[in-house]
Amino acid sequence: MADTMAVAGRETPLGYFKRTWRQNIIYIGFVVVFLFFALTLHDKGFLEPNNILNIARQTAMIAVMAVAMTLVLSSGEIDLSVGAVAGLASVTTAMAVAWGGLPAGIAAGIMTGVTVGLINGLLSTRLMIPTFLTTLAMMGIAKGTAMWISGTAAIPVLDRTYPAIFGGGNIGPIPTLLLWMLVIGVIGHIVLRRTKFGRQVLAVGGNVVAARYSGINTGRIKLWVIVISAVTASLAGMLYAGRLQTGRFQLGEGDELSVIAAVVLGGTSLFGGKGTVVGSIIGALMIGVINNGLILMGLEYSQQLIARGGIIILAVALSQAGTRPT
Amino acid sequence: MAAQPTAVEMNAISKRFGGVHALREVSLSVRRGEIHALLGENGAGKSTILKILRGVQAPDSGSIAIGGEAFDRLSPQLARQKGIGMIFQEMSLVPTLSVAQNVFLASEPLTPAGLIDDRAMERRSAEIFASMGVSVDPAAMVADLSTGQQQLTEIAKTLSQNAEVLVLDEPTSALTASEVDILFDLLRRLKSEGKAIIYVSHRMDEIFRIADHATVLRDGRLIDSRPIANYTLATLIADIMGKETRDLSEFTTETTAQDDVILRVENLASKLRQGGDVSFSLRRGEVLGIAGLLGAGRSRLARMLFGLEPIARGTITLRGQAVSIGSARQATELGLALVPEDRRRQGLVLTHSIQDNIELPILKRLGATPFVDRVKSRRTTDELIKRLAIKTASREAAANSLSGGNQQKIVIGKWLATDPDILIMDEPTAGIDIGSKGEVLRLVRALAGEGKSIIFISSELAELAAVSDRIAVMSGGRLVETIEKADLLTTTGDAAELRAEQKLQLIVQRGGNYG
Repeated sequence: MADTMAVAGRETPLGYFKRTWRQNIIYIGFVVVFLFFALTLHDKGFLEPNNILNIARQTAMIAVMAVAMTLVLSSGEIDLSVGAVAGLASVTTAMAVAWGGLPAGIAAGIMTGVTVGLINGLLSTRLMIPTFLTTLAMMGIAKGTAMWISGTAAIPVLDRTYPAIFGGGNIGPIPTLLLWMLVIGVIGHIVLRRTKFGRQVLAVGGNVVAARYSGINTGRIKLWVIVISAVTASLAGMLYAGRLQTGRFQLGEGDELSVIAAVVLGGTSLFGGKGTVVGSIIGALMIGVINNGLILMGLEYSQQLIARGGIIILAVALSQAGTRPT
Repeated sequence: MAAQPTAVEMNAISKRFGGVHALREVSLSVRRGEIHALLGENGAGKSTILKILRGVQAPDSGSIAIGGEAFDRLSPQLARQKGIGMIFQEMSLVPTLSVAQNVFLASEPLTPAGLIDDRAMERRSAEIFASMGVSVDPAAMVADLSTGQQQLTEIAKTLSQNAEVLVLDEPTSALTASEVDILFDLLRRLKSEGKAIIYVSHRMDEIFRIADHATVLRDGRLIDSRPIANYTLATLIADIMGKETRDLSEFTTETTAQDDVILRVENLASKLRQGGDVSFSLRRGEVLGIAGLLGAGRSRLARMLFGLEPIARGTITLRGQAVSIGSARQATELGLALVPEDRRRQGLVLTHSIQDNIELPILKRLGATPFVDRVKSRRTTDELIKRLAIKTASREAAANSLSGGNQQKIVIGKWLATDPDILIMDEPTAGIDIGSKGEVLRLVRALAGEGKSIIFISSELAELAAVSDRIAVMSGGRLVETIEKADLLTTTGDAAELRAEQKLQLIVQRGGNYG
């Protein structure tokens, strides 16, 4: 129940599996891909704890953004600006750390997200411009702003605490990035599944007219979701800045595609009304595992791109087939 | 009539879905030059047998003959080729294309150069409309047409493919009375040209007006098939429902209205429509019926009261206090509820469960924290499933897995969950089976008995006369007349029902002329 929208009823286990396997394809697929690499690459260190933790580190930003993107897609919207916003936030946070230390850095990163989110959200909910367009435009604006204020240079993060909080270090044996991923994932899961807000997000995405007739302020719900997405993207940018001890406009570039792919792989509907945060995180991890495995296999970058694209299409085709509204 | 050859002969058709017998040895025989009503409650097997006729589904056993040619099963292409034409309930037209482009969609006439010949398309569309005896502009955009004209376009499209058997499923549900007249004239004309017409409708008055023959299905079985002249309303309804049912006269004529006025509306006018305003008052425990033709402004009134349509002027006084209602949330907080006209679009999130749908308007009351109190939500849902006798395996079942009548009960249930003082119902019985219809009407009377006030909008005058304490007739955005139920029921006995309905029909039609 927690991970799927499965319906409990009187039926045979086989019938249940037949009806729900597509929804759970991501878990099956993850296990298959993981086992495949574990078997073929065990002599190349795929299963080494360090390699596994590396996958988690590399995937954390995508996974964090995928949590918020799950809400966005569930509400029937889309956010194409997350990658560029992450880049912009990495620059603003790095510059603010240099100017005013840790608190200024955190505030600047978060405020970047709030500002971008409000612009995206108000344009979409007040002027009724589709989020596809507002966030596509914002992608360019955010990147341009990041390039402009940084003079296209990398801004070093010299503060020592900042990287420790945001993604650089470990707590015991566990990378802080993994903790961020887990914390955001758990919060996102609870918000979508257990809160009134989550119910309203799904209702707005499932049928916006019926939601409005039910007394839901649909504009406000969408605005919130879009702001949450931008703030989460900014957090991802801060994690990039912490991990690399640098703010740079290229950070997060192109992440929007990985994020959306992860969410859709996880079983969230592109058409709204149905979403799973756990699936999105597994989707992100699966993309991370594929990237890592393909590198260890010794494929060239060009071959990696082709293989990755093929695997994603296959998985999405299996998980989304039959879910298109008629 | 016996001289007319058979157009469609379906013999002993059976079809199972899993363990469910959708059809058991059902036969259907339709002659050329005949309007054949196919009747039954939702789930009786009507749509299954029509899907088999259209070749969308294959029968498990039985035989099909079209124009004397026998088949074990059909494919959609073969069915169309043999002259089966379906006019869909939900329009299958592309709104951004012209009428002519829609009529010839996927079979466009070509110029010698192999390009689409738009002029020939429009000319031939015009010829088809002329032969139908109706006027529709072939160059017009479908989106700009009225619902009635869209329906005619749909029929023209089917005729352009040389259909000999036309299947119409609830064709009048979105039409105005005058559009229905045009449609019926056309059907009679097609009949005289020797076409066979299969007509599916829940509206009995239409069946008696237009059909020659009726076939009744119930629970997947053929109950009876005879000329319509051999049926009376009571025997037909008995065949459809399976037991001699009490007719609508079971509904008490005693009013449950109390003395205090809960809602007073004065000169209320919409910003979205020029002309007309509405004044009326509603007492506690009263059922106020609202009659009128399509476009009379009834749904608009409902939306204005529920904060979904901006108000240009006028006042709403609730429990003695002037209120302004700017959103559905405010309306809900003030104790209003709206069961909207279009349950699939406005009433339900179809892919979500019954519980999720019922939860929606009461989220605020499900616990004081940001979290949904799931125990309370389940309890509320189960109570409503029981009270409204919603037929479902589980509260987790998706709304779109239920029949129309049960979907409507979910919509009613989600609004009863808010415990409203005033319940506005806009066409709550449209497109649902007769059994559910009776349940809805009984529920309305029970709620009124509990002291709730109900505004009941309906196009079915018989049920309106049965369920209301008072009936207001709207036309052209105005409330033109209000009739006490007692004045409608001046005679007693069996004729009372029809009399009341006919009187009401007169007033509605007269009102229509003002607009």
